[in-house]
Amino acid sequence: MTVNMTKGQAISLEKKDGGSLSAVRMGLGWKAAPRRGLFGSRTREIDLDASAVLFADKQPVDVVFFRHLVSDDGSVRHTGDNLVGGAGQGGDDEAILVDLARVPVHVDQIIFTVNSFTGQTFQEVQNAFCRLVDETTGQELARYTLDGGGEYTAQIMAKVHRSGSGWTLTALGVPAKGRTFQDLVPSILPIL
Amino acid sequence: MAAELVRGQNHPLSRNRIEIRISADAPIVAGATLADESGRVRDADGVAHPGAPTLPGIEVSRQAAAEHRLAVDLDAMPETVHRVSVLIALPAAPGRPLRFGALAAPRAAVTGLDGTEVAAYTLTGLDAESAVVALELYRRQAAWKIRAVGQGYAEGLTALLADQGLPQAAELARGIEEAVAHGLARSVPARTTDTDRSRRTSASASVTGPDLPGTASAAGSPYDVRTPGDSTGRPAAPAEGPGGTEPMPDDGRPPASDGSGGFPASDGPDRFQISDGPSRPQASGGPARPQDSGGPDDPAAVTPTGAPIDYTHPKRRQAPQAQAQAPAEAQAQAQAQAQAQAQAQAQAQAQAQASDAPEAPAPADGPAPPVAGDAVGWSMDERLYNQVWGMFEDLARSTAAFRSAVDFAESRLEKELDQALSDPRSRLGSAGDVAREAAQDRQAQLVDRARAALDRDLAQLTAESEVVEPALPPAYARWDNPVWHGYRVPTEPPMAVRLGDLHLPESTPLRIPMLVRLPLERGLWIDSGVPDASSYEDGGELRDLALRAAVALAARLLAVHPAGEFGVQVIDPAGAGASALAPLTGAGALDAPPATGAAGVTDVLGRLTERVDLVQIAVRGGASDALPPGLDTSRQLLIVNDFPHGFDDRAVTRLRYLADEGPDVGVHLLLVADREDAAAYGPLLDPLWRSLMRLTPVPDDHLADPWVGHAWTYEPCLVPPGSHVLQQVLTQVTEARTKRM
Repeated sequence: MTVNMTKGQAISLEKKDGGSLSAVRMGLGWKAAPRRGLFGSRTREIDLDASAVLFADKQPVDVVFFRHLVSDDGSVRHTGDNLVGGAGQGGDDEAILVDLARVPVHVDQIIFTVNSFTGQTFQEVQNAFCRLVDETTGQELARYTLDGGGEYTAQIMAKVHRSGSGWTLTALGVPAKGRTFQDLVPSILPIL
Repeated sequence: MAAELVRGQNHPLSRNRIEIRISADAPIVAGATLADESGRVRDADGVAHPGAPTLPGIEVSRQAAAEHRLAVDLDAMPETVHRVSVLIALPAAPGRPLRFGALAAPRAAVTGLDGTEVAAYTLTGLDAESAVVALELYRRQAAWKIRAVGQGYAEGLTALLADQGLPQAAELARGIEEAVAHGLARSVPARTTDTDRSRRTSASASVTGPDLPGTASAAGSPYDVRTPGDSTGRPAAPAEGPGGTEPMPDDGRPPASDGSGGFPASDGPDRFQISDGPSRPQASGGPARPQDSGGPDDPAAVTPTGAPIDYTHPKRRQAPQAQAQAPAEAQAQAQAQAQAQAQAQAQAQAQAQASDAPEAPAPADGPAPPVAGDAVGWSMDERLYNQVWGMFEDLARSTAAFRSAVDFAESRLEKELDQALSDPRSRLGSAGDVAREAAQDRQAQLVDRARAALDRDLAQLTAESEVVEPALPPAYARWDNPVWHGYRVPTEPPMAVRLGDLHLPESTPLRIPMLVRLPLERGLWIDSGVPDASSYEDGGELRDLALRAAVALAARLLAVHPAGEFGVQVIDPAGAGASALAPLTGAGALDAPPATGAAGVTDVLGRLTERVDLVQIAVRGGASDALPPGLDTSRQLLIVNDFPHGFDDRAVTRLRYLADEGPDVGVHLLLVADREDAAAYGPLLDPLWRSLMRLTPVPDDHLADPWVGHAWTYEPCLVPPGSHVLQQVLTQVTEARTKRM
């Protein structure tokens, strides 16, 4: 089932009956573009990276990315870097898991980003998608298609932020440029 | 194009005459409830169901079917109706599924009269529910909208209807069942009735199974600590501990952040992954454990009245149908586990009690009770080892969360106080005081919440520790553990050994066993010169304590290895440690009496050096059977007391050779020394000290965990005063060895 969230759309992660979601996963999948020509082995690999930045009161306090796979408090975990992408057949090549109940109390926003580490813009990426999944049920909450996008190399995907006693997910889909999430911080700050 | 809705999403309706099409892969009941402004259904007249299919503005089917078409005319709805909930339920008929989890996800689509879809919703994620509110149509400022609901009820229609405020929910639910049964009898020829309900329910239970958390993360077990988890082919960062605190137990990792907001210091194309230590499935849940017993008594019973609404997430508990069977199975399981433990470790009585713990019913809402051995692994030893490491990591991370929240609260307070001070308006009057108080309140509140989260985690870990500690085998157990009284010489070496206890200031009195893998990959150094040992007036007392800690450790290593596979040699140049060494010498556990004097030092080091050299040559040449017959190939632990007393330069060089080359060929070092004593060597011995794992005879915070790098306070495992357990154990070890010879 494909659920295409629109930009700025917010979903409360609190269930109608008062229970709330306990874990979400941001999954990222893509496929390297096929190469035509003689030197097939010289593939044009594409390395997309998923990152999550934890903010407290608009200050970044921790980050989970390929060089720091688990946030210090253990609530946010990256499943590991994938340098080349997969078959692009729907499986997540990289994923970040967030255990919402264990997020430190001062962290009030978590921003998910995707960067093209190898510098290709999203125009050149094939079958790339990014999705947010309710980890407890496997239900997809939102999905973006990244390929055929514009001349940018990064996207600020979504934010999960505290609202009341629960969490709310807001789809952002803000295009940006940069190699790793650090380059995105200036673009992130205005949307906190 | 039709909108595909997700749970909770709404969608405007552009027309008021619509059809709701519901499809499932088995016959289901469809109905609707009409609720007023406050969301309550007044009485049974507000429910359209197979027994009363037509209400003003809506018509439902008379019987259960796999495809439904509900005709809805919103213009014809009475003014008082503000919400129409479309519900589906599984008919309670023999041979039919009892839970939506057994079917493919049903789909509800809203279409115009011409069949064009306006919006659709697939009800994914259903499990134990037997009745579900699929969609609702509701008035919003004179227009109607549709919302995907997907709210399921494991207790069936009764609970669903009761939740809508219907007073006679149970009767109505029964009426609906009857009407459906009637319809079924008419429409579907009766099949061979499979009335063996219990068999079916247990089958469905095994299909559902317990929710196994994080099986995928088995890859990152604590064993990976040697080759820190780089699963993607990138080289792991060179792991050298930071100078101040000794990384533990093996390698530290480079600091992940440079302190500026937690961002990594390095940037650039050469992407080294931070070597993260062991990871493991989250400890919050546990596989295959009896869950809370809050479910309904028996789903087969006819519509239990006033059943509580199931607010827990369906995936987070076993299917209620299974629960009638589950307690028996769970009990059997727990007993089997208890037996396995008892057999595997020939444990004392105390352990049987420990493994009884999981049978106790869980509190209704709290986390499941912890169970010893609740981790991955091939043996109970391995599972307990992984569990202890998991607890270690969880405590490290929970504390990190607490500390970072407190730090943040403090820095925010400072900032706000500064602001209040610099604001000219607040200099006059009480505005400044108010601002200051508000800032302090905010800080206190955040700290309180952080404390509450930490307390929650600590309570869970303490409960886990209470069941894990008694279940530990001798190699992992404290000396005061009853398992030592039932000690038998093992036939296999353990996978790890406990070097002591670890705790953080926030975590007292909870202590985590410090388990390291065997064979030891680094030498050990028990520091008899702890800097802040001013409370020990007599330096000799500390030295004595250090040697006793070394002796307790050596005895433990002797005891947990099979007879004759581990030997201990002692160098005590000045003979100063005779009384502390008494347990070893008295029981005859040493191969030879402690070597004294410069000659003794030279002799022992010479023999061990030769042994390391010969075994290395043999191993490299692939000719381990060509070793001289007299050579003892068992693992050796060399205790050196009062280093460098009695050592000449040549002996020091040999010791360094042993420290570097020994562990690979089974010669391990246990140094009892005060670094100050070796000050004369200057920086020459620094590499030696660094290569050893530093332990202390008194509590000292010098060990860093591999995840966050907290400074953990280490305490050695000492034999309780007055206890004879050490002598008893060593006597058995010696007896077993003499028998073998």
